[in-house]
Amino acid sequence: MVKTVSGRPGRLDSPAGPSSRAPVGFRRRASIFIRRRRLAPYLLILPSAAVIAGLVLWPTIQIAEFSFQNYGLPQLVGSSPAQWVGFANYSQILHDPEFWLSLRLSVLSAAAMVPLTLIVGTLVGLLLSKLGRKMAAFVSSVSILAWATPAVSASVIFVWLATPDGGVVDWFLTKLPAWLGGGAHWAGFSWTNAALPAYALATALVVWTGFPFIAIAVFAGLRTIPAELFESARMDGAGPWQIFWRVTYPLLRPIFQVLFLLSVIWDFGVFTQVFIIIGELGQRDEYNLGIYEYATAFQLPPAYGLASALAFILTIILLIITVGYVRASVREGALR
Amino acid sequence: MTTLSPSAPSGASASSDLSAVSARSARRRRRLLTRRARRAGLNLLGLLVALITLFPILWMVSTAFKPASEWYSLTPHPLPAHPTLGNFRAVIDGGVIGLPYWNFLKNSLFVTVVSVAVSSLVALLAAIALARFRFRFRAIYLIMLLIVQMLPQQALVIALYIDFRSLNLLDSLVGLILVYTAFALPVTIWMLRNFVAAVPRELEEAAAIDGAGPMRVFWRILLPLVAPGLVATSVFAFVFAYNEFIFALTFLGTDTAKFTLPIYVQYFYGRNGANWGAIMAASTLFTIPVMTFFLLVQRRLQAGLVAGAVKG
Repeated sequence: MVKTVSGRPGRLDSPAGPSSRAPVGFRRRASIFIRRRRLAPYLLILPSAAVIAGLVLWPTIQIAEFSFQNYGLPQLVGSSPAQWVGFANYSQILHDPEFWLSLRLSVLSAAAMVPLTLIVGTLVGLLLSKLGRKMAAFVSSVSILAWATPAVSASVIFVWLATPDGGVVDWFLTKLPAWLGGGAHWAGFSWTNAALPAYALATALVVWTGFPFIAIAVFAGLRTIPAELFESARMDGAGPWQIFWRVTYPLLRPIFQVLFLLSVIWDFGVFTQVFIIIGELGQRDEYNLGIYEYATAFQLPPAYGLASALAFILTIILLIITVGYVRASVREGALR
Repeated sequence: MTTLSPSAPSGASASSDLSAVSARSARRRRRLLTRRARRAGLNLLGLLVALITLFPILWMVSTAFKPASEWYSLTPHPLPAHPTLGNFRAVIDGGVIGLPYWNFLKNSLFVTVVSVAVSSLVALLAAIALARFRFRFRAIYLIMLLIVQMLPQQALVIALYIDFRSLNLLDSLVGLILVYTAFALPVTIWMLRNFVAAVPRELEEAAAIDGAGPMRVFWRILLPLVAPGLVATSVFAFVFAYNEFIFALTFLGTDTAKFTLPIYVQYFYGRNGANWGAIMAASTLFTIPVMTFFLLVQRRLQAGLVAGAVKG
């Protein structure tokens, strides 16, 4: 809107002459200055840029800085200054078996969560596209509820569902026929006492809250594909499996790519759900990378420097995945 | 089906004509039946998906209404046999922390509403710049937003904790508002940008030609047209601030009266061991407002969800 006016810079005050300069108020002069210099977009961006720079970018730089320092409790309260320790924090981490264990748990759990969420979400998205309008609206509304359930509530609910004394999950598994793996040995089974079952529970939880987003995105994508394409594929004798991989997937490839990368970023960094399922910071052998880093920082004695190094490693891993996400977005014309 | 078809063209008399018609209608009926069966099967599958998805939420609500004797039974029942409001009363009256539920709802709503209002306003300004102007750092700024969105909060919380401690912003809802505003901005800007871009430029130009200044164009033309988008994007800021856990957990460590609902529920669960009825009641009271909100704005949301997330 300002652009159209800014086509005639400098002419605004010339006809009136120097004598009328005084009545021209500060606001008027400021707006002329802004137009002449094309400052408007920068001024509009300024507030958001300042907030993001101060509260997101600056802390990121600080993390990098702390990771090379011996920042701990004395440095926090100011009783002794922080000292630069070079790569000491990083070399300590690389020789720390707990780091490798937590990294392994993060990678393995993401490797289970991402494909499961994508598969379930895609299947539900395909189902939505086959349903009538009312039924599709109903199912997607219900799915939105799962997605809208706050992580804390959802985690507490899942812990309750899987509680060893009187939980529904164990009851259901004891009733399940033996050929499906059910039986009496499930009675009183604890899902939170060891890493494998705890992360199985966390995976179920992440799939439950995560699939609706995928389903609705796939459903929306499917509606952009002309129906004739599916029809002609069916006429040529293609089954549903072939139709998906030969027609649907290639056409929705950009969407799937973005959904995949987003899922990887979210599931690798999953914190709240695991934090609650493993019972806060109690069991060290069930930490994933994010929780190990958090515990290093906030459990006594706090080691902010060491934790910052872990945080920086976590950030770098996520940034590498984010580069793929940004490239996929740019290729899709997101920057337009 | 196919066995009937050869007989139809062979006959020339009126009777065989009739049989051909009936054969055709039978075929049509059968096709209709299979289609109907397919439909019913799909609907059944849809209902099954809805039921499985809804189950954890239903279980939460039903446990919240169950008296202690029904929490652990050898055969769980979906509905409480003797529904009670006792769990809700315990939560609303004070529960473990000794403060009523309203105290925490008030904290959460204060933090959420202020941060949503501030972030929406700040994001709208940036969205106008990004949608309406071509300037030097535009692409860089957009890419920066995408990256910032992905930075792990459990990493940044360390530096922010140290900074906020020296700024006296720990145990303060103002500190949370600052963080929530900053972290809601990238998504909000990205989504609002699409909504601003969708407003036809000609409308603004026409108003400017008619002598309206930039401020007038903004208030009279742009803002009313972007308002629906503002609602859709504010949902994301709302849900983020209302549900946020890590920052609240870290910053509000000692002052229980300042707790927001997520850490209130987590604290309640942590201290209340096996009191599942009260825990589920607290969780229900925490969850229901955000779900209601979601259902109300659902349709707009789905469009925004896809536009904002899938497009980038």
